Amino acid sequence: MQIKIQRDTKCESFKIENAITLLSALYEIKQTQDATLTFASGCKSGICGACSVRVNGKEQLACAYKVQDNDLIEPLNYHQRQRDLKVDKTKPHQKLKKAASYLHSYIPSTLTHQDELSLHIQSDCILCDSCYSACPVMAVNEEFLGPFALTRAYRYAKDKREDDAKSIIDAVVTNGIWDCTLCGECSAVCPKGIDSKMDITNLRSLAVQHGHMDPNFATASFGTPDFSGGFGFDPNGGF
Amino acid sequence: MYDILVVGSGGAGLSSAIEAKENGAKVAIVCKHYPTNSQTTMAQGGINAALGNIKDDSTTLHTQDTIKSAHSLCDENKVEYMCDMAPRIIEKLENIGVPFSRIDNAPTPLKSIAQRFMGGASVPRACYAQDYTGLKILHTLYDRALQLGIEIIDEHYLLNLIVEDSICLGATFLDIATTQVKSIYAKSTIIATGGYAGIYEGYSTNAYGAVGDGIVSVINAGGSVSDMELVQFHPTALANSSILVSESARGEGGYLLNSDNERFVDELKPRDEVARAIYAQLQNNKSVYLDIRHLGEQKLQELLPQEIALCKLHEDIDPVNELIPIKPVAHYSMGGVEVDEAQRVVGIQGCFSAGECSNSKVHGANRLGGNSLLEILVFGTKASSEALKYIKNISDIKPNDTQEKQDKSYIDSLFEPKDSINIYALKKQLGEILYTQAGILRDEDGLQEAHNKISAIYQQLSNASLQDNSKVHNQYLVEFLELKNALVCASLLIQGAIKRQESRGAHYRSDYPQEASSFQHSIIQNKKDSLCK
Repeated sequence: MQIKIQRDTKCESFKIENAITLLSALYEIKQTQDATLTFASGCKSGICGACSVRVNGKEQLACAYKVQDNDLIEPLNYHQRQRDLKVDKTKPHQKLKKAASYLHSYIPSTLTHQDELSLHIQSDCILCDSCYSACPVMAVNEEFLGPFALTRAYRYAKDKREDDAKSIIDAVVTNGIWDCTLCGECSAVCPKGIDSKMDITNLRSLAVQHGHMDPNFATASFGTPDFSGGFGFDPNGGF
Repeated sequence: MYDILVVGSGGAGLSSAIEAKENGAKVAIVCKHYPTNSQTTMAQGGINAALGNIKDDSTTLHTQDTIKSAHSLCDENKVEYMCDMAPRIIEKLENIGVPFSRIDNAPTPLKSIAQRFMGGASVPRACYAQDYTGLKILHTLYDRALQLGIEIIDEHYLLNLIVEDSICLGATFLDIATTQVKSIYAKSTIIATGGYAGIYEGYSTNAYGAVGDGIVSVINAGGSVSDMELVQFHPTALANSSILVSESARGEGGYLLNSDNERFVDELKPRDEVARAIYAQLQNNKSVYLDIRHLGEQKLQELLPQEIALCKLHEDIDPVNELIPIKPVAHYSMGGVEVDEAQRVVGIQGCFSAGECSNSKVHGANRLGGNSLLEILVFGTKASSEALKYIKNISDIKPNDTQEKQDKSYIDSLFEPKDSINIYALKKQLGEILYTQAGILRDEDGLQEAHNKISAIYQQLSNASLQDNSKVHNQYLVEFLELKNALVCASLLIQGAIKRQESRGAHYRSDYPQEASSFQHSIIQNKKDSLCK
């Protein structure tokens, strides 16, 4: 089987003979064909989040992807490429701090099994950055917090032990929840099945409850008001 | 200059740094990848604490269970300390937001944490967060570290401790992005770099890079290691890929078959006994399989969805209809850096160690499930509180760049043309040698032979140059240095196994099949016993 790898300056083809997963294929290349091929690796079992790349344009964990003939392997989008498939995750991860995605003020709260289930999926995040790489908003606004930071913000904001959800909400309204187009690309690529699009939608509702307003809504043109400040129908106006 | 330098960003490193920062210290974490890549994420089962949420429990009972499993090799005071601290550690985790699994109608927050039974425990004692306990604890600690503004230095590979007159002044690192050697100075240094079971390349559940980097730095700097021969093997890993098949597969009623379709062992016996029974079958040229077909598709998808996906991916088999080929592989290292009751590295002042890289003497010859996550958090915190006490008496340290110069010259030498050797082939050889001659069954002749082979590989490596000469993000260079460390650990492991002329827990010598009271102590080694010169 042949696979193509987008390296720093060119796309190269390699022959794979034994490997099953993409990660083992990359090591096979390093051992038998080109020791300079550079990529990230870790646990081999889909939990450390280190080895994410794009395969035929879709984000995958190299250790959890069965390599196929003619696959095209590329580094993640919207990360600074360090070498070949290896990218710098520092800047995307700094957005966790900007999104204030941690427990701000603990209030004793006796949680139930139902409470556990409400936090369970979002806290499966392994910080592989797949969602960040798939997010088209990053192409137009590099300050956008991105899906994983927002999912993690939501996970803490709705935790019953959080007595200061407002601080989290306040941190995600700029370059955050309102900038998302709700296209769902993030949810489609998450290896853990996290639905960031839904988390962002839910964060918007929480934001409204905390007194924030959707700026898209405020600035959207609803046509010329027929009453003072109203939203009456104007056939000559438009969205 | 820092008050406390923490090397490693798993559960031990993060909890050390958090404790330091909460107490006002200037602290930095240095890690070779990114903080959440650490092996702590791989711990699924749970973290033990005698909360008694399911059934009456006590720290005394937890202590007794741990001591029993340790086969008389543990420090009972430290076990008692760990078990006493366990409920407090869980409370801390609860207060920073760890999403534990829950039971309904509990009277208090701590009482709502669900607990499950794990092998060797008298009662259900392991607090868990679905099947992702380690992942969720680690990520919550990371979030807490971000909240506290702890400085995290990513992608720096530990080279050596900086030591002057047996006092640790910090450490040298390879900045992986630029191949520069850098010194980071600190009044105290905590080594929390993880275990070394990854040296069994191809026969280990561990992540790439779990090769004992911190352990070798301690050896080089004049510290000691102990009980390196004690490595726990997990009975059921996939035969080709060594990917772990969780114990829950047997817990739910899966059983083991050999290629003659016979059952040959009680699957629920302790890990070391089941691993030996499987290994004996393999040595008899029989394949061994895990059979979970009888549980039915619906139940399997509900109970073991991760296992089914892993079998399909890595072995191309569907466990609903097919047998799962398995083998026992290296899983956890009990031995490591020799530390005292305050986690101080013996022989190096100002240096502390915690987590799987250290031998805190709580697991002895066989670790109890659910105690590894507990150990890293209890002793990570402890190492930090002891370092905080230590730095009170240190006003300042004077930088000394001797080590940095030495390391720089060594790294430069690797770029000079010498023998061309592919390290990936050598890594596989190392794993093969260790597994067959220093693995589940050991004897004097095999161990001696293994040691000779490993010394020869180390020699080969000493004359080798890199197959990648880039100064930018040179993965080959990092993996070359890791292989060197793996060989040093392998040699210490084998020599420990030669010295321990008995069988105890995970260490089994076919030429000395009984426990011997004369070996009811740790086997300590230092630089003169190692390949480091």
